[in-house]
Amino acid sequence: MLTIDQVSRRFATGTVALEDVSLELAAGDFLALLGPSGCGKSTLLRLIAGLDQPDLGAMRWDAGEPPEPGAIGYVFQDATLLPWATTEENIYLPLRLRGLSRAAAQPAIADAITRVGLEGFESARPRQLSGGMRMRVSIARALATRPRLLLMDEPFAALDEFTRHKLQADLLALWRDVGATVVFVTHSIYEAAFLARRIVLMTPRPGRVHHEIASPLTPTENTRLDPAYATLVASITRAMEDTLR
Amino acid sequence: MTERLAPLVFGIIGLAGWEGIVRALDVPPYILPGPVAVLAAFTADPGGLLLALLSTLSVTFTALAVAAVLGVTMAVAMAMSRWAQAAIQPWAVVLQVTPLPAIAPLVIIWVGDPFVSLVVCATIVGFFPLFANTATGLMSPPAELTDLFHLYGASRWTEIRLLRLPAALPYFLSGLRISGGLALVGAVVAELVAGSGGFASGLAYRILEASFRLEMPRMFAALLLLALAGIAINFGLAALGRVIQRRWGEG
Repeated sequence: MLTIDQVSRRFATGTVALEDVSLELAAGDFLALLGPSGCGKSTLLRLIAGLDQPDLGAMRWDAGEPPEPGAIGYVFQDATLLPWATTEENIYLPLRLRGLSRAAAQPAIADAITRVGLEGFESARPRQLSGGMRMRVSIARALATRPRLLLMDEPFAALDEFTRHKLQADLLALWRDVGATVVFVTHSIYEAAFLARRIVLMTPRPGRVHHEIASPLTPTENTRLDPAYATLVASITRAMEDTLR
Repeated sequence: MTERLAPLVFGIIGLAGWEGIVRALDVPPYILPGPVAVLAAFTADPGGLLLALLSTLSVTFTALAVAAVLGVTMAVAMAMSRWAQAAIQPWAVVLQVTPLPAIAPLVIIWVGDPFVSLVVCATIVGFFPLFANTATGLMSPPAELTDLFHLYGASRWTEIRLLRLPAALPYFLSGLRISGGLALVGAVVAELVAGSGGFASGLAYRILEASFRLEMPRMFAALLLLALAGIAINFGLAALGRVIQRRWGEG
């Protein structure tokens, strides 16, 4: 789908956010970008979304793949909903920006609401929802345009453990249903091991790809209790400790 | 409940004390009239004073409306383009720091029409809080939300219309409340300046007139009306703000 070819990004402040990063993204991937704060994972995500441009290197898309607006969905760490808008209006926003009338968008809105399990909360405003439900609205908003690529920047980092587990399981089910490609930024080894098919370990200052681990797991509800999961967590941890040396 | 009554009780005690002192010391009314004399001055000519109040209020609210339209338009222009921001910002500050009494005579000479020149003066005073607050509100949405609009290819104007203007509404409303009080002050100051030039029908002119004639009770009555109008504008705009905010789903 996308070839990231020796990409570097240096900010005006002199910080080198990314240096010489190369990565292949295939359709259907669930890829986790794992690393500590400041390793440039969010910068890489913004480059993929086209919200920022590399100083060196190239982002090469295969024919027919994004970057047409609407082909990429983006979920931020905060739900970042419009506080004055209802659940439906928030999910309608990307469709509206793509020029759809409310009536034409309604089936897609209803579908997104069903997918994230928000039936009955169509007219609620963000402040009436819990943190987990707000994140569901945010995910539904990203799904509304039926994107081929879903970019997620630590979306569950601010949630409690119980809500996080539930949303992680739901995200996996969604990924299988929708068939979108997912790039998921996280600083949690456990989250990366549970969700991703490919785990890309990054190191900070300057941000580089250190190592890639392929997950041997077929994630299910019970993955967390699977010994293979514990083994995967251990091998990521070992690789992580390597980066600190 | 007792806390709500406290200002009222305090006011009544104050008024009674004031009346008592004026009577006990036999202060002449052209130095300091008691509240009873002030009330008598008001009831002697309520029509004249209320008509003057109406004149001042019509200047105030016209100026407030003009300031709101100008303030929002210029704040949006600044949000639309960096060039407009660089061009407008310093002049808005100049407008804010120039004392109205210093420019009011010039405005009155240039404009000519008394009502319009008073409105211009009051607008100059009321403009800045509306403009500055709206401009701040337009910049308030988090970067992630503006990123989202970029992601879906929204134009700058769409971003302002669907994101920045709604986000600026609470800022605009608090600006409106501040500007309401300031527009009244501006109207009164301009009336004082205009009054010494011979034309005016507002409350400030009634105050000037009463002071020339040493009619202190009437002067106090006019002052009291002005204070009440100021309080009413402040509370009225605050209440309006709350209603709009609630309709808007925040608050």
